[in-house]
Amino acid sequence: MTNQAVAPVAPDAPVAPAAAVDWRRVVRIGLLGGVVALYVCLVGMVEVFQPRALVTGIITLGQTTMVLVGVGAAYLTIRGQSMDRAGAAAAGALAGAVAGIFPAVLVVIMEVVNLRAMFLHASPGTSAVLTLGLGAAGAWVPIVALTVVGAATGLLLTARADIQRPATAALVALLLAGLFAGLLRPPLLASSVTAGIGRLLFASDGLTIAGAVIAFIAVVGGRIAMRRVSLRSRVAALSPERQRAARPFGLIALILLVVWLPHGVGPFFAQVVAVVVLYILMGFGLNITLGLAGLLDLGFVAFFAVGAYTVGLLTSTAEYGIALWPFWAAVPFAGLPILGIRGDYLAIATLGFGEIIRILAGSNLLLPLLGGPRGIINIPKPIEVPPDHLLAGPIQIYYLGLVFALVVAFVAIRLRDSRLGRAWLAIREDEDVAEALGVNLVQTKLLAYMLGAAFAGLGGAVFAGLLGSIFASSFPLFVSINVAALIIVGGMGSIPGVVVGAIFLIGVPELFREFSEYRYLFYGLALIAMMLFRPEGLLPSRIVQRELHVPEPDANGDANLDAIDQDARLSPGATG
Amino acid sequence: MALLVAEHVTKRFGGLNAVRALDFTIDESSIVSVIGPNGAGKTTFFNCIAGFYHPEEGRITFDGAPIHGLRRDQIAHLGIARTYQNIRLFAKMTAIENILVGQHFRLHGTWIGAVLNTAGVRAEEVTSHDEARRLLRFVGLAGKGDVLADKLPYGDQRRLEIARALATQPKLLLLDEPTAGMNPAETAQMTAFIRSLRDDLGTTILLIEHQMRVVMGISERIAVLDYGEKIAEGTAREIQTNPRVIEAYLGKGGAADVAGQDQGGIDVTPPSGS
Repeated sequence: MTNQAVAPVAPDAPVAPAAAVDWRRVVRIGLLGGVVALYVCLVGMVEVFQPRALVTGIITLGQTTMVLVGVGAAYLTIRGQSMDRAGAAAAGALAGAVAGIFPAVLVVIMEVVNLRAMFLHASPGTSAVLTLGLGAAGAWVPIVALTVVGAATGLLLTARADIQRPATAALVALLLAGLFAGLLRPPLLASSVTAGIGRLLFASDGLTIAGAVIAFIAVVGGRIAMRRVSLRSRVAALSPERQRAARPFGLIALILLVVWLPHGVGPFFAQVVAVVVLYILMGFGLNITLGLAGLLDLGFVAFFAVGAYTVGLLTSTAEYGIALWPFWAAVPFAGLPILGIRGDYLAIATLGFGEIIRILAGSNLLLPLLGGPRGIINIPKPIEVPPDHLLAGPIQIYYLGLVFALVVAFVAIRLRDSRLGRAWLAIREDEDVAEALGVNLVQTKLLAYMLGAAFAGLGGAVFAGLLGSIFASSFPLFVSINVAALIIVGGMGSIPGVVVGAIFLIGVPELFREFSEYRYLFYGLALIAMMLFRPEGLLPSRIVQRELHVPEPDANGDANLDAIDQDARLSPGATG
Repeated sequence: MALLVAEHVTKRFGGLNAVRALDFTIDESSIVSVIGPNGAGKTTFFNCIAGFYHPEEGRITFDGAPIHGLRRDQIAHLGIARTYQNIRLFAKMTAIENILVGQHFRLHGTWIGAVLNTAGVRAEEVTSHDEARRLLRFVGLAGKGDVLADKLPYGDQRRLEIARALATQPKLLLLDEPTAGMNPAETAQMTAFIRSLRDDLGTTILLIEHQMRVVMGISERIAVLDYGEKIAEGTAREIQTNPRVIEAYLGKGGAADVAGQDQGGIDVTPPSGS
């Protein structure tokens, strides 16, 4: 028996002598799990998530967090180890039990000492979740619960592949369905056609039992049915001509999806997708500076603010508006104040510059012009429509941002393949050599900064239109960091990477808004995991990709120096 | 006529005079070599000409105009291009893109033109690609334009680096140990190629070499540096018989061993058994 999932294990087959379980390691991981469990309790996740149910009447989200800690500890214990089924179950159970001791001890301590001065969430509420309401007398509950969870995880990890895969998928699906119940339910209930389904699957606080059973069966059934007909392998099996013929259909489907998106997801999601598109727009802009020219610009938010304030001042019908222009007339000017900036100080437009602009905008100095903390309000929407119109609210901003983003992507692609794009790439590779070949570093870098900044301004204009009012506090450093992070996560210099990065970093955290600030915990964890496992980004750019794929060189060069070809054998840099 | 005149050039690193009061002249359409033992200041002098270092004292005049103190790109614009002792290609760009970067400052397409893909930009791209392919052919890399630079064999990388330098259409080409790491047959090929650069393109060439045997055949004039100072200058034959040169290379004892040897007798590697 090798390890977990990968090895199909026939249940009654003679078991090869499994390596002895390393019990010290199991205990060590159990202790680690215990610390995590303690942390989860004390930061209040257990208590705060308690009112929400994963499956109504069966398990709450608060309990789920503890279960997940047990699953994680058992998984780490068993992963990569060669254990037979009994060994895995025992190891998982032990890891779970060790982890469970921590919350159990916490329960007892909380009974004796009041920890709430230090830990707000070391409360009776947390204790009640951990002991199923039994109080100190139920201190055994987390130990037993995590032992069972650990054992179950061990059994699942050593189960036959055709049982393990569908079961895992179904459990994950159940978890996701329960987590997103608050988001999935309202759109279902909104339409009379789907309201019945919505009520069947979801209660007000989570999945119904029927919903859980249906989801479980559907996913298991789906997995079994899909096993031989994976979509990807079918596409790969098609001839190249057929694949090419199918491509336009895929494209049309994608376009339809993108156009439909804000309408189909309800008003809350419409706002989310509009923000995602806004970040995609800014990501495309910064991608020119960071992705193509390799210049890290953390003052990006400054230009974002300049664009937003320009549009705000030119269009606002309230106090500080100066022109009363319609939104459209003002947008072209959003990039202008930036395009005009030429000089060395644009090159130092990083961290400090972003903060300077924000503080200036909020300062008393510019209060008569920019409204300081009161901001600029009543910025008109691009198109004024009644609230129930097809283009109401964030939906039109979504489309506007989409169009702008396409324009910026187009510009970026054209630039990438131009003389300038090559110069940027060369600067990124070796600045000294590029300069010695006649590339003016200052000019070329400034152009990259300037273009990125101009598109940041465009993003600011869209932002002003989206919110309808802007304040100095709308432009924290976090915006710059977010845009840079989404480029790095997506893959430097890659256009699709920006889209994926924006969805992943901006969109997904919005889905967890229900879980308030705890979502940043997952955001951070996801970022770290991402950098560990895919440092080149989710969708790396052409330049990174082509390192992996090299066309065969044409063998017959009509060379006057053919003999030098043999040099492949010599190590570069060896001197004569 | 003198294309480049260096007068009294001095470059110091801390207390060390890497190049000391060097006077040097390069005539147009000539091949001139600077040789010397390791650490003699050859590359430092090179870097002073190409604008990588700025000399503390002295002046360098190129084509009648002073160039010391100019930025590297300004010097490139005036018509000086170089290669590097340890190859410095843009590793993650293709061969043809490397050459196109060399053409960069001679092209005129603006970023707006590139975005709008104007007829002018398109035409320029076509001609520049044609020229780049011609250069690839010239250096013997025909058909390898789409290969990433760092995936080329070592000798090809050396040639690509020369092609990239030629793309700037230099009047003066600085070659820093172009035969480093090559065996005798390859060295001979490279030597012939360097000669053809001058004969076919009329490019003036300043060559840095470690091995005297490389430069003997092709250089009109040779300068020998030792400890940052020029210890000898003249034709190949004059240099070969100059006792100070022999001493610098082999030390006082070695000088006797090579006495009487005719050509190519002086090399970095001391004769075996000495």
